[in-house]
Amino acid sequence: MSALLRLLVSLATGAIFGFGLSLSGMVDPARVIGFLDVASGHWDPSLAFVLGGALLVALPGVAIQRRMARPALDEQFHLPTRTVIDRPLVLGSAIFGVGWGLGGLCPGPAVAALSIGLVPSFIFAAAMAAGMMLYDHVLTRK
Amino acid sequence: MISYWPSLAGGMLIGLSAVLLLIVNGRIAGISGIVGRLLDGQQIGLNAAFVAGLLLGPWLYATATGHLPRVVIVASTPVLVVAGLLVGIGTRMGSGCTSGHGILGLARFSKRSLVATCIFLATGVVVATVMGAWR
Repeated sequence: MSALLRLLVSLATGAIFGFGLSLSGMVDPARVIGFLDVASGHWDPSLAFVLGGALLVALPGVAIQRRMARPALDEQFHLPTRTVIDRPLVLGSAIFGVGWGLGGLCPGPAVAALSIGLVPSFIFAAAMAAGMMLYDHVLTRK
Repeated sequence: MISYWPSLAGGMLIGLSAVLLLIVNGRIAGISGIVGRLLDGQQIGLNAAFVAGLLLGPWLYATATGHLPRVVIVASTPVLVVAGLLVGIGTRMGSGCTSGHGILGLARFSKRSLVATCIFLATGVVVATVMGAWR
């Protein structure tokens, strides 16, 4: 029963996330570039409001989570445990930022926008999926 | 004059989504992690359900407002391919993207996420600004 509920919660939270990306304008790569390009003469600060709004809710949310022994529908929290700032974190984040600055697309908006059906969205998403699998299966040889 | 209220409200919905997934399912709403694990065949049901919801998002927005969100992709095909490869490799290598590190990581006061967010914002700004001057 709780397995089915977890699926429904994943679906619903994905939908809220996608709706939020749409409402905020972050699903639009031109808008993202307008934020990242600080010398365009018409800088668009709206992305800072997206991140700020998300943190406004996430900060108290995490405070609530810290008081919970376990999540509502699972035995335990599945959270990252690493704390070391290592080379893959630094190098990977730098590589991601370069790709983000080139196209104005990060994974969330790239996936959400697929349902709108624009050809460039599919080209980017296919390359992104290839990059993920390349890293997970070839570069790290798990 | 662009109004920032939709950006703020949309950001709050993204935060709400992340908090619900965290306190109900106990998982981090990091899109690169969710997509990466889905491609890797891990927890297919949960990750596919989240992705399905994400795809529904723009259409729920269209139902509520009467129009789909604006999506304008200016980059050429070769640039998109390079950008996609870099985003795919970088987010897996760096264990997260704008959502996992930039929202939940920061909210959890993770030092790794703070470092990651500063780095991808910095390189993103540099590359977009240089590309903008070049165009």
